[in-house]
Amino acid sequence: MCLFRDMMSYFPEEVLEHVFDFLTSHRDRNAVSLVCKSWYSLERFSREKVFIGNCYAVNPERLIARFPRVRSLTLKGKPHFADFNLVPHDWGGDVYPWIEAMTKNGINLEELRLKRMLVSDESLELLAKSFPNFKSLVLVSCEGFTTDGLAAIASNCRFLRELDLQENEVDDRKGHWLSCFPDSCTSLVSLNFACLKGEVNVAALERLVARCHNLRSLRVNHAVPLEALQKILVKAPQINDLGTGSFVHDPDSETSKKMKNTLENCKSVRSLSGFLDVNPHCLPAVYPICTDLTSLNLSYAPGIYSNELIKLICHCKKLERLWILDTIGDKGLGAVASTCKELQELRVFPSDLYGADNAAAVTEEGLVSISAGCPKLNSLLYFCQQMTNAALITVAKNCPNFIRFRLCTLNPVIPDAVTNLPLDEGFGAIVQSCKGLKRLSVSGRLTDQVFLYIGMYAEQLEMLSIAFAGDSDKGMLYVLNGCKKLKKLEIRDSPFGNAALLSDMGKYETMRSLWMSSCEVTYGACKTLAEKMPTLNVEIINEGEDQVEASSSPDARHRVEKMYLYRTLVGPRRDAPDFVWTL
Amino acid sequence: MVDCVKKMGFEETELRLGLPNANYGKRGFSETVDLKLNLSSAEIGLDSAIDLKENNFNKEKNLLPSSSPTDSVKPPAKAQVVGWPPVRSFRKNVMAVQKRTDSDEAEKGTGGAAFVKVSMDGAPYLRKVDLKMYKTYKELSDALGKMFSSFTIGKCDSQGMMDFMSESKLMDLLNSSDYVPTYEDKDGDWMLVGDVPWEMFVGSCKRLRIMKGTEAKGLAPKAMDKCKTRS
Repeated sequence: MCLFRDMMSYFPEEVLEHVFDFLTSHRDRNAVSLVCKSWYSLERFSREKVFIGNCYAVNPERLIARFPRVRSLTLKGKPHFADFNLVPHDWGGDVYPWIEAMTKNGINLEELRLKRMLVSDESLELLAKSFPNFKSLVLVSCEGFTTDGLAAIASNCRFLRELDLQENEVDDRKGHWLSCFPDSCTSLVSLNFACLKGEVNVAALERLVARCHNLRSLRVNHAVPLEALQKILVKAPQINDLGTGSFVHDPDSETSKKMKNTLENCKSVRSLSGFLDVNPHCLPAVYPICTDLTSLNLSYAPGIYSNELIKLICHCKKLERLWILDTIGDKGLGAVASTCKELQELRVFPSDLYGADNAAAVTEEGLVSISAGCPKLNSLLYFCQQMTNAALITVAKNCPNFIRFRLCTLNPVIPDAVTNLPLDEGFGAIVQSCKGLKRLSVSGRLTDQVFLYIGMYAEQLEMLSIAFAGDSDKGMLYVLNGCKKLKKLEIRDSPFGNAALLSDMGKYETMRSLWMSSCEVTYGACKTLAEKMPTLNVEIINEGEDQVEASSSPDARHRVEKMYLYRTLVGPRRDAPDFVWTL
Repeated sequence: MVDCVKKMGFEETELRLGLPNANYGKRGFSETVDLKLNLSSAEIGLDSAIDLKENNFNKEKNLLPSSSPTDSVKPPAKAQVVGWPPVRSFRKNVMAVQKRTDSDEAEKGTGGAAFVKVSMDGAPYLRKVDLKMYKTYKELSDALGKMFSSFTIGKCDSQGMMDFMSESKLMDLLNSSDYVPTYEDKDGDWMLVGDVPWEMFVGSCKRLRIMKGTEAKGLAPKAMDKCKTRS
């Protein structure tokens, strides 16, 4: 042992640093930093990419203190259920303090990736003006900014390579942010503004694309019509990821013919999305690029009938990822199963969210066909009308490689459509068969039994989403005791209470976060947990009908409507709004 | 504080160490689901949690809310449960706009797409066109011309097909072997294409028939009168 230690200290730092360069995953780097003090020190000075899964687990000062050479930062803010309107808008997750702190400390930031954060125009302006080497901005499900903020980025980031906006709520200020890219900007590799609602200066876009010879990914918004896109694509035949805007035209027109020819020339396109408005008769224009397509997203395309989707998909034999609406139907999924033998990821979204006619939907049949035809399937998000245990058991047998399995029955408590039993056995089969399962969302009528299966078999499970399921605290206990690698647990409308919450308080230090809403936990239990575990922030969101006067301290037996707890190194957050209480 | 407790109902806040599966207190949650989904617990088979051994062989799908809309059990309105189905608000908003656009168009009476059958005298089969794809009679004429390549309808100027055609020109057309486009309107009458503004035409056209000129003579008088009054 002594000899080993001496040998290690003979390794010059440069050699170790060089070895660490090959460690790209942040988990590997975290592991390496725990080996010994000198490795910790070496690692922290050489780390350039930092991933922070919960922005409140640390603070900007600690980030900068530990990783002074950070160049790329990924931050996530609101809890996942914020996506479904369960978290009020001004809950928190503001990126400004992070940008400010990095500016003040001379961080050479090149890349910023944010998810579910609050991003103001002020933040974007500060970002754009403070980091001369800034190259990449990726915003997913963020809000709080307008096109003015984008104009600041376009104007000031001289070496911008990537501007990727995914599903953000952006206020359109009718300015010409696209025109703000100076003529000297030729560095763009990826530009995605599909989520913007307003007009863009199409001529400016055309010029921008023409001078950015390295452009590989372009996703435009609804306001870019087909004629304009065709002209743009002529200037960018090297593109490999295309997101169309509005794909509407007379299919017999000159423009449509030109589009087909132009697309034939774009031989590198591997990923296709958009069709935010579409005339299905124009779809044949894309057939030429279908043969090599590996990723297809038609989940925002309204009004394409199943048979038209089938015709398109029949050309896509190399597809690995497919995002589609349930208008495809079970029959359409059968066609996918026969055609797309390389399929790895499938997402089927509901087309009808407002309770109107229910003709279009998929059932267990579609899923079974897919599992039989696509053995490489490892990631699923499936919104369906109904499900059966038998189907899930078959799927589990056909596809043992699932890493992500998210099933969502449109009626959250629907039992097996044939036997009327709960869907426990079906999900049980999934967790038993898929030994590598990392993420699971369950739905339908479920008892404690399914959680027993999950606890017993889902050894690699990191994230679990539960809604309207279970009968008693036992359910939650099975999961907490069984899933050793659990990082995120989110539960809504399930009868889990204090006994489950408090049984193993230390468990939450091994997890990133726990969300419980409309469950049976009480104020008193949350307070107890907060008192016993100073390394956790236990937050109660107090709003709506459940609102209790701030002055009066609620009764210990008062049921808590929304609780969010997470481990943290920096204590209660100082930016919590009035309705968020940290206990 | 006491009022608070009274409002909530004592049972809901009372801590009990009940046995698992004892339905006391657990109904609170299922009742919430019922309220949220407008179903009674029997219909969604909540009792099956206890009666697992009893296979409920009631295959009648009308106990399941997802079945055909003609059943007495109303399918649960999805929007009634907050955040279910779990779809990102961004996506929900986009789809709401798309739906609104479709229904706006439906309200205007033109519908989402306006497919009409097109028959041509002598052709072995019919075709279909989506009238919404065109903005003028000229565009439609060009498209129909391509579809039925021997189809000619005579001179069209920019303002519409037969609008200002002179009487003599019209007579020439009708006497020749050329074709005349006609359509059946909402009232079931067969009309000559080109008389009304384009939008009105799209709204009222139920099907198109491209008639041989010689057969269309019966329609011509109306057009002839129009020509007379115009010139």
